[in-house]
Amino acid sequence: MKATPRTVDGVEVIKLDGKITIGSGDQQLREIITNALNGGKNKILLDMSGVTTIDSSGIGELVGSYTTVTNRGGKLKLLHLPAKLNELLHVTQLITVFEVYDNEAEAVNSF
Amino acid sequence: MERDGERIEITISSRFENIELVQVIAEHLCENAGLDEDGSHWIGMAVREAVANAIKHGNKLDVRKKVNATFLLHDHELEINISDEGEGFDPDAIGDPLNPMNLMKTSGRGIFYMKTFMDQVQYRFQPGVGTSLLMTKNLAKGSGLASTQS
Repeated sequence: MKATPRTVDGVEVIKLDGKITIGSGDQQLREIITNALNGGKNKILLDMSGVTTIDSSGIGELVGSYTTVTNRGGKLKLLHLPAKLNELLHVTQLITVFEVYDNEAEAVNSF
Repeated sequence: MERDGERIEITISSRFENIELVQVIAEHLCENAGLDEDGSHWIGMAVREAVANAIKHGNKLDVRKKVNATFLLHDHELEINISDEGEGFDPDAIGDPLNPMNLMKTSGRGIFYMKTFMDQVQYRFQPGVGTSLLMTKNLAKGSGLASTQS
């Protein structure tokens, strides 16, 4: 998985590309979030548009990231969910946990 | 079904990078059997979760231990058997991931996915041999998440 971070109005917008699956992207996601938090960035918007596959480990890591950021006084939100990831979040009822946006400016302004 | 009776078997060592091999076979088999892209994808995801569990929880990442996957198409039904060399576990001990108490847990969704995407999910534990997981899906009934949610 590839992560491309940029800062927009104080919000760390991180574009994720590739797979978030067991043994690869899941651990990377944890590192990406940890690095952002350690760098003092706790308003995090994950752009999921480039995520091609996510398994239960990847979903678990998303949940863990949400908890970690929240516990550090920050917020983690999702942008541009691919259709299948959107379905997975509905099936697991995690859609009730995450704030999800289709528009980046609107998402950034929500922090 | 033109592919009726088709049987495919693959054995892999317990490495996460091998999961995709088995997933791709499952998806191609489903597409060849006439299932649409979405339906094939969700069955592939169930297979991915099953193989990941076999590698991680069954064989405990011991690369000397194998995971075997067998796919059998018959009477519009896809039968998938995933077996490992592990000691088994109690599936009932895994909490319902939809329970609010479990919603924020970082693990425990793999079997839920399998049950969501497939018609039947059944574990069999054989002491000294390993764990075998049987999953079936009626391909004629429709496909994918939408059909399982209804």
